[in-house]
Amino acid sequence: MANIADSIYNMRLLDDLARQETLIHKLHPLVKLLTTVSYLTVVVSFGRYEVAGLLPLFFYPVMVLALAELPLKPILLRILLVSPFIIGIGILNPVFDQQTFELAGKEFSRGWVTFLSILLKSGLTVTAALLLIATTGMDRLAGALRILKVPRIFVLQLLLTYRYISVLMEEVARTLRAYSLRAPKQKGVHRSAWGSLAGQLLLRTFDRAQRIYEAMCLRGFAGEYHSGEINKISGWDWAYLGGWVAFFVLARMYNIPLLIGSLLTGVIR
Amino acid sequence: MHMADALISPVVGGAMWAATAGVAAYSIKKVQTEMDEKKIPLMGVMGAFIFASQMINFTIPATGSSGHIGGGLILAILLGPYAGFLTIASVLAIQALFFADGGLLAYGCNVFNMGFFSCFIAYPLIYKVLMKKEYSTTRIFLASVLTAVIGLQLGAFGVVLETLFSGKTELPFGTFVLLMQPIHLAIGVVEGLVTAAIATYIWNARPEIMEKASSGETIGNISIKKVVAGLVAAAVVTGAGLSWFASSNPDGLEWAMIKTAGTAELEATGGLHQQLSDLQSKTAFLPDYSFKASEEEPEPSGGEGEEAWPAVDGGTSTSGLVGGSLTLILAALVGGGISLMKRRKYRINS
Repeated sequence: MANIADSIYNMRLLDDLARQETLIHKLHPLVKLLTTVSYLTVVVSFGRYEVAGLLPLFFYPVMVLALAELPLKPILLRILLVSPFIIGIGILNPVFDQQTFELAGKEFSRGWVTFLSILLKSGLTVTAALLLIATTGMDRLAGALRILKVPRIFVLQLLLTYRYISVLMEEVARTLRAYSLRAPKQKGVHRSAWGSLAGQLLLRTFDRAQRIYEAMCLRGFAGEYHSGEINKISGWDWAYLGGWVAFFVLARMYNIPLLIGSLLTGVIR
Repeated sequence: MHMADALISPVVGGAMWAATAGVAAYSIKKVQTEMDEKKIPLMGVMGAFIFASQMINFTIPATGSSGHIGGGLILAILLGPYAGFLTIASVLAIQALFFADGGLLAYGCNVFNMGFFSCFIAYPLIYKVLMKKEYSTTRIFLASVLTAVIGLQLGAFGVVLETLFSGKTELPFGTFVLLMQPIHLAIGVVEGLVTAAIATYIWNARPEIMEKASSGETIGNISIKKVVAGLVAAAVVTGAGLSWFASSNPDGLEWAMIKTAGTAELEATGGLHQQLSDLQSKTAFLPDYSFKASEEEPEPSGGEGEEAWPAVDGGTSTSGLVGGSLTLILAALVGGGISLMKRRKYRINS
């Protein structure tokens, strides 16, 4: 999250993607939220030596990606961006778990299995979270939170934060550009300007908040943020949720790749 | 400090979600009763400010490197702990959703590590106490650095504990602590220095903002005690409930704790996936993983609660490899097929 332009671009991209009208986008936001949460729970509930059992769970992101007509590249990029920390922690597993096992005639440390398992889980969970926002959008997701009885203040606050991020990021970008033009050959903000640069921005933020509040009051703000109609949950929505949850439970209980594999190798034998 | 979903277990994630929800509910009640609604847009815009200001790189003197702020402390200073906590929570929600910075299941952990410790422990117990008498540049400086350092140390320790209880890494407790705490000492000092610079500037330019913030709420020790008590209760009930529901031994989480602390060796597994993998080993691990025999393999005989290392032999790993590759190929084919069909439909339509 170092680069402002990248961050603004990323948020706008996800906003844009969420505005499509595909099969997945039309689903009820609450259904998508619940599906995502059950998916994440199932993925992280796998033991640390599990690799093969996780593979059937690839079906969910692949299907949603395809049905929602989302581009693969930005999501893969995001996975790469967040993986250094995961790799940093996971790469120590082969160091600490030296017990070995044999696969295809070669010896491997068990730690590599746990490492691979963490990597898979990381990729799957990051993708699932991004798919949720890329097919739902912030406003509709906030609607789902309201249906779940998340307090009004929090949802309102979340939406306001979201709404003003791009405004304030642009302001920060302008300020930093102005600063860097006046402070050549300098990597960051010099100590002498720490307080005044960030403090000025903060004071402007306070004033902006005041103006926003007054504008909201003039337009009849009475404590509720209306983000448009959200339809009732239809039968099709329930079927979507039920179908996926049933699949996740099956994939959790049965090691599907192993079953397929043993069936095939058994037949060959 | 953002934790990812891949490193936590459902039990830890669920318990921390419950604890965070408890603190958030209490904070919302406080904000509703004690503040005017003017503060809501302020909270929203301040959240956006924190988000944006994390992009500013502050050059750290004499090191050549630069750092950015997390913002938990400045929020607590300017908005008070309750509104500050809620604002941090919404910033983290947006980071998790749009940037995959921290997972959704780990969201409870992240809000707790980055919001609770700075807003409800470090801020009232250090910053408020040091700033009680008077405002001065030196005092703001001292209080900010100390508060930021302690808040971040607690947060980093939270990360260590949550990761270890989840049992996904093999990192021994000591190594992990030695990795996390010193790094966050440095981060905490930077956070404190930048926060102090901003707070001093605001104090000089618009002292009424600081005064209003600090006089607005009565942060007596009682309310803090209430928060902590409620929170501990919520976490314990959920943790215990989840573990009981989840594991064959009712005190799975406690067991994991003792085991971790006692042997410094990571065998901890949360309760839920233990039971699920028991279930799995009963249903799926047929002898030799082929369909020839019908007897069930006895339950994994590893130590109590120890995760079963599947007894892999040459044949089964071949089955796993073949089946695994087939599953992935199938998934790719399904996805590719749908995309192809969609594209063709567009071409026909256009």
